Amino acid sequence: MNTPAFILIAVITLAGALAAATLRKLIHAALSLVIAFVGVAASFFMLGAEFVGLVQVFVYVGAVAVLIVFTILLTRREVTGEPGINWGGAIVALAVFSGLLWAILKTSSLAIPAPQIEPLTVKQVGEALMTNYVWPLQCVGLVLTAALIGALLLVMEEKR
Amino acid sequence: MTPTLQLFLIVSTALFSIGLLAALSRRHAIFILIGIELMLAAANLNFIAFWRFGPQPQPPTGVLVAIFSIAIAAAEAAVGLALVIAIYRHYRTTNVDQLDQLKG
Repeated sequence: MNTPAFILIAVITLAGALAAATLRKLIHAALSLVIAFVGVAASFFMLGAEFVGLVQVFVYVGAVAVLIVFTILLTRREVTGEPGINWGGAIVALAVFSGLLWAILKTSSLAIPAPQIEPLTVKQVGEALMTNYVWPLQCVGLVLTAALIGALLLVMEEKR
Repeated sequence: MTPTLQLFLIVSTALFSIGLLAALSRRHAIFILIGIELMLAAANLNFIAFWRFGPQPQPPTGVLVAIFSIAIAAAEAAVGLALVIAIYRHYRTTNVDQLDQLKG
């Protein structure tokens, strides 16, 4: 972990996220969201969780972003620019940010450097998923199946 | 000097607040979903950062929670976007301010 790489990744992530939250055009926001997700995946790589970084790229950049773009294309009709930003939401977000920032800066035990660890291999993650976490894994599979069937039912054409 | 846990937490706090901003201040339903996805990504970043800087448990619980959270977020995105499409078919709009009746 070196500081220039961290600063670069943080700036790219936050710029992408800010663009995704504030751009007027929906399709531009969706593409900026991809940048933010790639930045988060890069932070995972930097923190030594390579498997989670890969999953992040596959699931978010590969699936969720494409899903959002498809939804935008399917629902694109009104081109009326939405009225300016809602200041109430901005104030709440700023208040939450300053509160959390104050708490983080106040806690001195958080200012620790990263300990040396042996790298986490995919084998270890797979073994944990197949032994201790096998029931949660099955439940997640069930949830995903139910969610996909539910999504299909929701978008099916209504019979008149 | 290497990045400390504090810096990662500050980045994820900023990411969470940006997601909150998108979810609260935009009127388009897809923007609200984008905000929720950003907030989930910030939570995952926190899990991974605390796993990396904490005592290394065996099995790696922080990593596993992040993996499960990503799977649930994928299901949430699929159902949310399907709801957006269904609402658009019915009302011909995705502006959440105009969706103000329960009657079908």
